[in-house]
Amino acid sequence: MTVKVYPLRDTSTMLRRNIKQELRDKVAIGAIIGIPVLFLLLFVYVFGGALKDSVRSASTPAYIDYVLPGLIIMTAAAGLIGISTQASVDMTAGIIDRFRTMAIFRPSILIARIAASALQTLVAMVAVFVIAFALGFRSDAGLMRWLGAAGLLAFVTVSLACLGLAFGLAAKTVASASNGPFPLVVLPLVGSGIVPTSTMPAGLRYFAEYQPFSPMINTLRGLLLGTPIGWSWLIALAWCGGLGLLGLIWSVSVFNRRDRQRGTPGPGFSAAAAG
Amino acid sequence: MIKTDGKPSGNAAAGRTGAAIEVRGLRKSFGDHVVLAGIDLSVPAGTVFALLGPNGAGKTTMVRILATLSAADAGEVAIAGHDIVRDPLAVRSVIGVTGQFSAIDAYLSAEENLLLMADLWHLPRRAGRQRSAELLELFDLAGVGPRPAFTFSGGMQRRLDLAMTLIGAPRVIFLDEPTTGLDPRGRRTMWELIRRLVRTEAVTIFLTTQYLEEADQLAGLVAVLDHGAVVAQGTAAELKRRIPGGHALLTFTSASALEAAARQFGDRASRNDEALTLQVASDDSARSVQDLLAGIDVDAVRHVALHTPDLDDVFLTLTGQTGKEQS
Ligand SMILES: Nc1ncnc2c1ncn2[C@@H]1O[C@H](COP(=O)(O)OP(=O)(O)OP(=O)(O)O)[C@@H](O)[C@H]1O
Ligand SMILES: [Mg+2]
Repeated sequence: MTVKVYPLRDTSTMLRRNIKQELRDKVAIGAIIGIPVLFLLLFVYVFGGALKDSVRSASTPAYIDYVLPGLIIMTAAAGLIGISTQASVDMTAGIIDRFRTMAIFRPSILIARIAASALQTLVAMVAVFVIAFALGFRSDAGLMRWLGAAGLLAFVTVSLACLGLAFGLAAKTVASASNGPFPLVVLPLVGSGIVPTSTMPAGLRYFAEYQPFSPMINTLRGLLLGTPIGWSWLIALAWCGGLGLLGLIWSVSVFNRRDRQRGTPGPGFSAAAAG
Repeated sequence: MIKTDGKPSGNAAAGRTGAAIEVRGLRKSFGDHVVLAGIDLSVPAGTVFALLGPNGAGKTTMVRILATLSAADAGEVAIAGHDIVRDPLAVRSVIGVTGQFSAIDAYLSAEENLLLMADLWHLPRRAGRQRSAELLELFDLAGVGPRPAFTFSGGMQRRLDLAMTLIGAPRVIFLDEPTTGLDPRGRRTMWELIRRLVRTEAVTIFLTTQYLEEADQLAGLVAVLDHGAVVAQGTAAELKRRIPGGHALLTFTSASALEAAARQFGDRASRNDEALTLQVASDDSARSVQDLLAGIDVDAVRHVALHTPDLDDVFLTLTGQTGKEQS
């Protein structure tokens, strides 16, 4: 017997399900927008006065201009926590096992998860941009540079979503899926996001310059503000490609692993559900 | 939508017997721990089969293998003629599974959960809506409205889970402990739903349970799983007959009445002088009870209790141990 498989139809069914979940999980979407906005307010109004002199240049007349690219990249990292939590809820709540007993196009489960999460994160980035403009952010970028920025952010978002998917699928509990990746959210701060790396002590500076978020931030800042980009764009794309591929391979291998010991829906589930 | 190209994909044995579920020499271990040690069974199409066993016996492991969720170490399994290893997709296109723990989408409403399943079964839009409305009605979920499923009680989630399993009209249905966690009323409702399903849809049901009574109520054939092996197979009535756990417990008004009755029953009875009780082997038919009481002074009996064999008795008899957790 040959069973007909419907890749597109199943993917769009799963995508609709995932988007519905995201719209209902107000806590998660609040956090993905809220975390970067909180840091934005903190850095612009609390530390901005002290930090602005270290970054002042012709292309970044206001501190908010300097700091925003780092916080936009931080939004993608916050989105990674979102997908990690959702994937873990699915795994531990048993619905994935139900899908596995059905004659569906299996990759649709993962593809739709990544696509829905990336959409959510990109919408959150737009919200952070809007708030930043309201607070005085200005960019002299033309259409081409904005399109470049959009392309970069889409790539960053999708690759981090792949990584987050793997974290979530592999996590034993929902709590570990949502707390585990948190260090990634503050990683942009220990890079070129807040102050130039040249102001840091040697060891830290080395780390800050070579960690994956710094080239992404430098590229985005260059596109938005016209600061020099150098080879940052290439390093950023390489990091994204590498991390995304790693996330995908890891996700698929965890997803195909059988005989998992099933976990229980942990506290993250009820916290998310209460929203 | 299923296309058949006439090529038999299943194993030949199942094709010949017309069994809905055919299991041969099924083995499964987790590390050194042997969970299934060579299981053979055959479930005729259109019947209800119950796998009875205590906690840790391997019931869920068995269901997960039959439902293509987990791989066996050895053995052959065919579901509706399709081999689970060679053609898992064909197996998945005919089965429905309600696992031991609810597998619903907590963010979606009852109706949205059902429509999600209808879409994944590739039902036409209108057919899906209609079937979903019928099932909501049947499972007493029509009034719950748009609230998300995480607000449901355990019983409601269980019913929704089963409704989701049924929406695509699967021909072979696996139910892993479908009534565990339900209150007595919920259990009766679930039993009624399962019976109706078999009557009206001609499906094959493979269920697991820890209760002989449940197997008795629902299943034609029962297999008892113990330490990875089927230790008994037959109808529930046959199993019960093999088990001497059935008895009547008579409580007497005085020691002299107990003494008189004990003399009457001789070997058939065991007495407890402190509690003034006499335990007499008997089944629960009216005839047996009448015979039992015929020989004694019923005015001296304060109280009669009938005890029908339960899973503990089954295990005590068949395995020489109580049905406590196995590991
Ligand atoms: N993924 C796994 N890894 C290791 N051991 C497992 C795994 N799944 C099940 N087991 C073990 O296999 C045995 C049988 O488990 P199973 O869940 O099949 O029992 P069960 O009959 O369904 O019990 P219950 O009535 O409690 O649901 C148990 O001892 C369990 O610990
Ligand atoms: Mg079980």
